[in-house]
Amino acid sequence: MGGMAAPQVAPVETPDTDQVPASDRPWVTIVWDDPVNLMTYVTWVFQKLFGYSREKAEQLMLDVHHKGKAVVSSGARERMEHDASQLHAYGLWATVERS
Amino acid sequence: MSMFRRHGDRYVATFAVDEVRVLRKVASEVVGLLTDGFDHTDPVVGRLFPEVYPDDAASTAEFRRYTEGDLKTAKIDQAGAILAALPDGEAGGEVRLDAEAAEAWLRALNDARLAMGVRLEIKDGTDLGEELDDAVAEDPSSSRVFQLSVYAYLGYLQESLLNALID
Repeated sequence: MGGMAAPQVAPVETPDTDQVPASDRPWVTIVWDDPVNLMTYVTWVFQKLFGYSREKAEQLMLDVHHKGKAVVSSGARERMEHDASQLHAYGLWATVERS
Repeated sequence: MSMFRRHGDRYVATFAVDEVRVLRKVASEVVGLLTDGFDHTDPVVGRLFPEVYPDDAASTAEFRRYTEGDLKTAKIDQAGAILAALPDGEAGGEVRLDAEAAEAWLRALNDARLAMGVRLEIKDGTDLGEELDDAVAEDPSSSRVFQLSVYAYLGYLQESLLNALID
């Protein structure tokens, strides 16, 4: 599984994270696996909403499918809430949290 | 069973009267769920309007205050796009969608499948064929047999429309 989802989020357990004040850590939008949405549809939604390439969108979809969830975007809180509401409009199960 | 095909810049399918009836019924049910029947404690509504902060009810409520109206309207409109494009009356016929209507149909078919998936308790790894066989063995005229067939049909139709769109 390739490395597109890995990057933005520092692993929570690393010592470094403790030094970063919570207020400086970015927010992330997470998409959760669900048993109904078609894999091809989820891939299409990621391409459509985020402008991701077919390959990247497919890899993200597979991450959601196999790992149960994936970070699909990260940034300011308002931006993440916007992304989540867009994903809800397409029927994907999206939540927002601090990374 | 009908499927969508691309004809130039249109997405076209020819439906039998039974298919028109089923599509009208499921789209109307989604509209009903989002209007008169709207209830956050209904698990279907919970799935269509997920808690954006699962561990923070106050922030979720705040988010809903300013997004839920638009989201509800969008979902009602997209179910309406199905109703608007279906042949009138009790007859089969051709449905022709432009790109915008095709996308509305995709989202609306997905909403209908999400709603049915919750009611039918579809899980990861649910084998629809097996579920259907079991339900038929129990009672071939049951509502579950009908609902499972409709659910499978909507998935097939959604996939054919998606394939036509990304072709």
